[in-house]
Amino acid sequence: MNNTYFWRPAAALWHRDVARFLRQRNRIISALVTPLVFWVLLGAGFGPSFRPSGGETIPYLTYFFPGTLVLIMLFTAIFSTISVIEDRREGFLQGVLVAPVSPGAIVLGKFLGGTTLAAGQALLFCVMAPFAGVTFPPHLLPALAASFLLVGFSMTGLGFLVAWPMDSTQGFHAIMNVVLMPMWMVSGSLFPLPVGHSVVGWIGKLNPVTYGVSAIRQSLGGPAVAGMPSLGHSLLVTLGFCAVTYAASYRLVSLRRKVA
Amino acid sequence: MGAVSTKRLVKKYGSHTVLRGLDLEVVAGEMFALLGPNGSGKTTLFRILATLISPDGGSARVGGSDVVREPASVRAKIGVVFQSPSLDKKLTAHENLRYGGALYGMHGIPLRQRISELASSLRLEEKLDALVETLSGGQQRRVEIAKCLLARPEILLLDEPSTGLDPSARMDLWALVGNLRSSHGMTVVFTSHLMDESARADRVGILSEGSLVCVESPADLLAAAGPEVLRVATTDVPGVAGFLRAKCGLDPHSLEGEVRVSASEAHSVAARLAAEMPSAIASTTISKPTLEDVFLFKTGKRLDE
Repeated sequence: MNNTYFWRPAAALWHRDVARFLRQRNRIISALVTPLVFWVLLGAGFGPSFRPSGGETIPYLTYFFPGTLVLIMLFTAIFSTISVIEDRREGFLQGVLVAPVSPGAIVLGKFLGGTTLAAGQALLFCVMAPFAGVTFPPHLLPALAASFLLVGFSMTGLGFLVAWPMDSTQGFHAIMNVVLMPMWMVSGSLFPLPVGHSVVGWIGKLNPVTYGVSAIRQSLGGPAVAGMPSLGHSLLVTLGFCAVTYAASYRLVSLRRKVA
Repeated sequence: MGAVSTKRLVKKYGSHTVLRGLDLEVVAGEMFALLGPNGSGKTTLFRILATLISPDGGSARVGGSDVVREPASVRAKIGVVFQSPSLDKKLTAHENLRYGGALYGMHGIPLRQRISELASSLRLEEKLDALVETLSGGQQRRVEIAKCLLARPEILLLDEPSTGLDPSARMDLWALVGNLRSSHGMTVVFTSHLMDESARADRVGILSEGSLVCVESPADLLAAAGPEVLRVATTDVPGVAGFLRAKCGLDPHSLEGEVRVSASEAHSVAARLAAEMPSAIASTTISKPTLEDVFLFKTGKRLDE
C-alpha cells in the first residue's frame, strides 16, 4: 500500500468527514436525541422490573443501555454514509474519482470517518450511564473501546454498502427502515432473543449486529442474558463483519466508479 | 506523441448511441476546443477521457495511457474542471485545497506553498478561510480551478469552463489558462458551446451527433466558410432558399424565419433577391462569417439548438 496514493488520501477523506460533521450541529444532535428519547420513554414504560428470561430482574433502562449505544452508532453511521449520495449528487465525489486514489483509500477514509463519529457519539452518550446504573469495570475498558470501534466500523460499512449504489437519499431511507432498523431490533438490543429454536432466535443468531450488542453489553459489565455469545466470540464475529463490509465496499467501489 | 488520442470511440446509453466511432488527436501542448451543442456527445467524451465512464467500443489514450486499462496513470496526469463544482461547500476554500492536494499525495510545506502560490495567481488569498458556500459563483470556480492545478497536471480537461462566470471572471479564467500553457507547456482540452471561447483554441473540433465533423484552426474554419455570409430574414423560407439554390447556384441553410448562405458576392445576391421577391424579405444582413456560421454550414444545425 503506497503511502502517496493510499494513506494520505484516506486520511484526508477521514479528516474531511469529521470536520464536516462538527460543522453541522443539527446532525450531531439528531443522531443523539432520537435514541435518547427511545431510551427514556421505553425505560419509563417498562419500568424498573424487567426480567430477561433466565436472568435476574433489572431496570429496563439498564437492559436497553447497550442497545441505545448501538442505535446511536447506527444513526451516526447512516448520517455519515448518506453523505456519499450527496457527494455524488453535488459533485464532490467526481473530484475524488478522477484523482489517482486507490478504491481502498476511498473506502477506508469513509469508514474511518464514520467510525470516529459513531464511536465519539457513543462515548458522549456514556454520560447517561449513572442513570442506567451502569458502572464501567476498569478491566473491561479495553474491550469496551474495541467494541465501540468495531461496531462503529461495521455500522459505517453497512451504511456505505447501501449508500454507494444509491442515487437518492429517499432510497437510502427505505432500506434503512426495511433492513437496517429491523437488524437492530432483532439483535438483543430491544428485547432478549428467545432461547432455543425459533425463527426470531435464528434471525438473531445470524444477525451480525447481535454480536456487537452482546460485546458492548458484556464490556459494560452488564448482567448475563441467556443464550448470549461470549465476549471473545462477540468481538471476533464483529471483527469478521467489519472485514466483510470493507471487502464488499472495496469491490463495489472498484466496480462502479462512475458518477451518476 | 498525442496528448489525447481516441480511435473509433463508441458509447451507447441503451439504444441511444452517443458517440459514433469518434477519432480525435490532440497534440501535446495544444489548446483544443470541442465545440458542439447540448447532446452532441461532448460531455460523454469528456467523461471517458476523465476515466469516469468506459467506452463501449474503440479506445482512448490520455497522456499515452489507456483510459480503461491504466486509469490510475491517466488520473495522475490530468486535472479536471467539471461543469458542476466538485467542492465541498461546508468546508473552507483552504480545506478544499488541502484535501484536494492530499488526494494527489501532496502534503506538508510543499502543499501549503502550492496553495498560496495558486491563491495569489487566482486572487483568492482573501477568501481562503471562507466557507465555500459563502463564495460567489466566480470565486467558487476559481477555487475549483486552483484545486485541479495543485498537482501540476500535464493535461487540463475543462468541461464548459465558463458556465456560471460573469464576463470579467471569464476573462481571468482564460488569462490564467494562457499563462499556465506558456509557463508549463500544459495541454488544454475544453468543451464549449460558445463561439468566442472556442476561437481561443489552437484547433477546434466540431462535434455533431457523436462524430467529429471537422477539426481545424479557428482561422481556417472561418476561411472555409467563405468571405461573406448573407442572412435573410423572411416569411417565405422555402421560397428564398429555392431562389438562392436555383438562380444563384448557392447552398443556403434554412432556419426558423431566416435563410443563411455563404456567398462571395453577397451584395449582388442581396440586390437580386430584393428585386425578385420584395414582399418576402424583411431584412438582409451581410457580415464576415463567425464560428457559429461555420457550425451551421458544417452540420446544418444551429449551435444553440
